Amino acid sequence: MRQERNNIFAEIDWILVGLFIALVGFGWMNIYAASKNEENTQILDFTTKYGKQIIWIALSLPMIIIILFFNAKFYERFSGIFYLLSLLILILLFPLGKEINGAKSWFNFGFMGLQPSEFAKAFTALAVAKLLSDRQYNLGLVKNQIKAFIIIFTPAFLIIMQPDAGSAIIYLSFFFVLNREGLTLNYILFGFITLLIFILIILFGHLTILTTLLSLLTIGVVYAIYKGGKIFFRFNWYKILGLYAIIFLFTLGTEYVYNDIFKQHQRDRFEVLLGLKIDKSNIGYNSYQSELTISSGGISGKGFLQGDLTQGDFVPEQHTDYIFSTIGEEWGFLGSTLVIILFLLLLYRIIYLAESHTNKFGRIYGYGVASILFFHIAINIGMVIGLMPTIGIPLPFFSYGGSSLWGFTILLFIFIRLDAHKDYDW
Amino acid sequence: MKRRYLLYFFITAMGLIYIVRLFQLQVIKGSNYDPIHNSAVKIEYDYPERGYVYDRNNKLLVANQLSYDVMIQPNQVRPLDTLEFCNLLKIDKENFLKRFRRAENYATYLPSVFLKQLAKEDFAFLQEKLHKYAGFFIQKRVIREYPVSAAANVLGYISEVNEALAKENKYYQAGELVGKDGIERQYEDYLRGIKGKKYLQRNNLNKVTGAYLDGKYDTLPENGKDLTLTLDIELQAYAQTLMNGKRGGIVALEPETGEILALVTAPSYDPNMLVGRKRSKNSILLFNDTISKPSYDRGLLAAYAPGSPFKMMNALIGLEENVINHKTTFRCYNGYRYGKKESDFMGCHCGVFGKPINLKTAIAKSCNSYFSNTYKRIVEKNNNPSEGLDSWHRHVSSFGLGDYLGYDLPAGSPGLIPDGKYYDKRYKYAWNGSTNISNAIGQGEILTTPIQLANFTAAIANKGYFFTPHILKKVNKKPIQDPKYTIAKKTTINQKHFTPVIEAMHEVFKSGTGKYNQVKGIEICGKTGTAENFTRINGTKIQLPDHSILVAFAPKKNPKIALAIFVENGGYGSTIAAPVTSLIIEKYLTGQISKENKYREKRMLSLSLTDIYDKLHQKPEEIASGTK
Repeated sequence: MRQERNNIFAEIDWILVGLFIALVGFGWMNIYAASKNEENTQILDFTTKYGKQIIWIALSLPMIIIILFFNAKFYERFSGIFYLLSLLILILLFPLGKEINGAKSWFNFGFMGLQPSEFAKAFTALAVAKLLSDRQYNLGLVKNQIKAFIIIFTPAFLIIMQPDAGSAIIYLSFFFVLNREGLTLNYILFGFITLLIFILIILFGHLTILTTLLSLLTIGVVYAIYKGGKIFFRFNWYKILGLYAIIFLFTLGTEYVYNDIFKQHQRDRFEVLLGLKIDKSNIGYNSYQSELTISSGGISGKGFLQGDLTQGDFVPEQHTDYIFSTIGEEWGFLGSTLVIILFLLLLYRIIYLAESHTNKFGRIYGYGVASILFFHIAINIGMVIGLMPTIGIPLPFFSYGGSSLWGFTILLFIFIRLDAHKDYDW
Repeated sequence: MKRRYLLYFFITAMGLIYIVRLFQLQVIKGSNYDPIHNSAVKIEYDYPERGYVYDRNNKLLVANQLSYDVMIQPNQVRPLDTLEFCNLLKIDKENFLKRFRRAENYATYLPSVFLKQLAKEDFAFLQEKLHKYAGFFIQKRVIREYPVSAAANVLGYISEVNEALAKENKYYQAGELVGKDGIERQYEDYLRGIKGKKYLQRNNLNKVTGAYLDGKYDTLPENGKDLTLTLDIELQAYAQTLMNGKRGGIVALEPETGEILALVTAPSYDPNMLVGRKRSKNSILLFNDTISKPSYDRGLLAAYAPGSPFKMMNALIGLEENVINHKTTFRCYNGYRYGKKESDFMGCHCGVFGKPINLKTAIAKSCNSYFSNTYKRIVEKNNNPSEGLDSWHRHVSSFGLGDYLGYDLPAGSPGLIPDGKYYDKRYKYAWNGSTNISNAIGQGEILTTPIQLANFTAAIANKGYFFTPHILKKVNKKPIQDPKYTIAKKTTINQKHFTPVIEAMHEVFKSGTGKYNQVKGIEICGKTGTAENFTRINGTKIQLPDHSILVAFAPKKNPKIALAIFVENGGYGSTIAAPVTSLIIEKYLTGQISKENKYREKRMLSLSLTDIYDKLHQKPEEIASGTK
C-alpha cells in the first residue's frame, strides 16, 4: 500500500473533469442563447437567467474544492449521516417549503431557491453504496433486498408526496446498481413487462388485452396438459390459478389506476406520446414546438444566437428542461450528436473507472452516479426529441438552475474524489 | 452475460436510438424546413405605388389618392366619450358597438379595420381629437382616382384580394388590392409593381424583436409601371356622350397600327363610382342591373349578326375565288329566289328592278340578290358545298372573325363563323349554298362583335392586312415591343381586290345610305347595316326593332380611323349609326364639329331610345314590327 500523495490534483481523473467543464461551458452558452433578450445583452447582468447561471457555476468551484479536500474515507464513514440529513431536509419541506405550481419542492431564501431533491440523489447513492459494500451483505436474501429498497424508496416516497413524481422516477435507476451487485434481473424484467402491458392497455383498451392474455394462457395450459398429462396439472394447478388471478388483477387494476388515480394531465402526456392525441396547441404544444425547433436546425444548425425559434421563445421552459432543443436548433444534427456523444463518454468513463475500483464502496457509488445520470439524460433528451412522455427533470450540467447544477456537481465530484483515492485502498 | 455489461448496453442503445431519431428529425425532416415561413418570422410588406395610366395624348386617366382607415386594437381601448366619437365618425352608437364587437371577435390584441375609407374632411377633424381615443389609430391606404370620368369599361377597377386568390397565388395576401377588370386586370403585373418584404424576428407573444438575420432576405419595393394607352380620351368621352340614352357599342381603331382609339359601351358609368366608401353601394347598383347591364362591355362582348357590312366580305371572297370580277352583274327582282317553294325567297330593297347590277352598285345599294348569287357561287364553286364553305371560312377567319381576336383586354367573345363541318353535322351532309343563303348578307349563323367588325374594317382600309387591336401603347413611356401587336397579319385576299370594294364603300357615303351624313372635306367609306332580332313571348317569335350597325373608315386615302358601331334597337343603320359615325370621324380628324354639322351633334345628343328600351322589357309586343 502506497502512501497517499498530498497533491490531490495529480490523482483525479482529468478526463471526467474535462467532460464536466465541456458540458457546463457548452450548457451555459445555450442557456445564454435561450434566455437572452433584445434589451439586455450584458453577460454579467445577474438579474438575467444566464447571469445567474454564471454565479451558480462560479459557486460550484469552491464546492468542488471542498469536496476534493475531504478524505475519501470521510464520505464512506459519514454516508449514513448525510443520508439521514437529506431525509430530514426533505421532510422539512412539508412545513417550510414554498409551493410552486402546486408542489412543495423548494426552499425559498429570497435571493434564490433550493430544491433538496436535487441533492438527495447523491446522498442516497452514498447510502446505497455503504449498505451494499458491507461484507456481510448478500443481495440474494429477501431481507437484504428489502433493506436496500427502503433506503432507495424513502426519499423517492417523500419526493412523490411533494408531489414531484418526475424527480422521484430517477430513484428507479438504482435497480442498475442493485443488479450489478447481484440482484436478480427478474425485477427489471417484471418492470418491463408491466410497462409493456400498461402501454398496450392504453393503446388497445383493457378488455382486448385481457382477452388476449387469457387466451394465450389458456392455449399454453392446454398444450402443457396435453404434453405433460395429469401429473403436470396436479403439481402446478395453484400456479395456473395464480397466473389467471394476476392477469385479471393487473389488467383491471391498471384500468382503474389509469382512469381513476392518474390525473388528466398525466393521462394526456401518455396519450400524446403514444400518438392517440394530436394537439399542437395545448398539451402537445411543448413537444410539437420542441420537435419543430430541433428539426429546423438541419444538419449544421443555424449558428450560435441565430436560432429564430429559440430567440422568439417558442419553446416553453427552454432554458431548463428543454435546453436540448436550443442545441438542436443552433448547432444542428452535428452539435446535438456531439452532445450525446459527450454524455456517452462521460457515462462510459464513470462505469469504466467504477469497475476498476477494488473498493466495493467506490464501485457501487460510481455505478449509482452513472445510473442516475443515465436516467436523467435518457428521460430528458427522450422527452425533448419526442420519444418519452413529458417528465420535467433537468438535463445534467446543461439545464438552468443552481440546485440541479450543484446536485450533479456534488454527485460527480464525490466520485472523482473517491476515484482519486482508489490506488491507496487496501 | 456479465452483469457489468447491462448498463453499458442500455447506455449504448440509448445513444444509438437518440442519434437515429435526431437524424430523422434534423436531416430528413429538417431538409423540408422552410426557414422563412415559420412562426418566428413575421413578414411585413412595403407597398409600392400602383402605376398611373395615361391616354395616347398623355392625359392622366388613373392616379392614386390617399384614403384613411380608422383602425382599432381592442385591448388598448380605454373608456371613451362614445357620443363624441360617433359624431366624429358619423356613425350611430349601435353601429359603433357592432364594429367594436366585430374587432374583438377578430382578435383583441391585433389591429383591425374599424371604419374603412374615411372622407378627407372627417379625417381632418378626427385627427385633432384622436389622441383622446386610446386604441384607435389611422392607417393610410392608397386608392384609385379617375380625373376623367370616362372609359370605365377599359380602365376596369381594383378590389381587395379574397381568400381564394390569396391561396391560389402566393404573391397576394388577403386584403391587398388587385386589378379586377379592364387594364387594371390585364396589366396587373405592370401596374402593381413588386412589394418590398421585411423579415422580422418575432417572439411567442407576436412581438417583433428585431430584423430577421439582420435583414438578409429583405427586399425593397419596386414601383408600379406607368401605362400609356392607345385610347384618345377626348374621342372616347365624346363618343360616350353621343351614346347617351342608347345601348350599344363603338370601337374605333387606327388602321395603320391596330391601336384602339375608343372603346365605348353604353350605358356606362363613372369609374369614380367604384372607389371609396360608396363603392359597395354602387357596385350592387352596377353589377345587379341585368337589364341595361352597365358592367357588360358591349364593344367586346356583344356578338350579333353583322348584317350588310358583311357583304363586303363576300364580295372580297368572290373576287379572290374568281367567281366574280368587278364587272360581273346580276339582276335583282325585288329579291332572290333560292328554292322552289313560295317561301324560298329573300326580299331586297335595292330598288333596281330587273337591270344588271354591278359590284359597286350592289354594295352602295346593299343588294341582297347580288350577294346571294355571289355567295352561292363561292360555296358551290367545286360542286362540294362543304369544301366551298371551308374555303370561305378560311378567308373570313383571316380577318380575325370567328375567334378571339387576341387583343389585350380581359373580356371577349369569339363570335361565330360556320364552316362545312358545322352544316354537315346540322343537315347530315344534305345541304348546299341555298341552305344557308342568309350568310350572304351577314345574317344566319354568323355572329361578330363590334371590335371584330372594326378590325375587319381596318383590314379593308389597309387593303389586306391588320394589326391585332390593342390598348397598351407604352410602358413607362417606352413603346411596346410585343410582336403580337407590332407585326401585321395578312388576310387571304389579294390587295388589288380591295380597290373596287373601297370605291363602293365610298359610294355609300356619297350617294348611298350614308349620303346625309357626309362631312365636308373628309372622304368617308362605310357600310350601314341592320340586324334583325327576335324574342320569344308565349311561344311566338316576334321581331323587335332592328339593331343599327355601321362600319366605316376615313379618310379614303391613308385612313386614320376605322370604326364599327352598333346601337341596340336603333332601327336602320342610317338613322342613328351613320350620324354618330360621321360625328366621331369629324371630331377625330379635325378636332371639332364644324358649325354646319352642329345640328347633327345636337340631334344625336338629345336622341334617346329609353322609351323603346322600357317597352322592350315591359310590353315588347307594342313595339314589335311583326311576328314570325
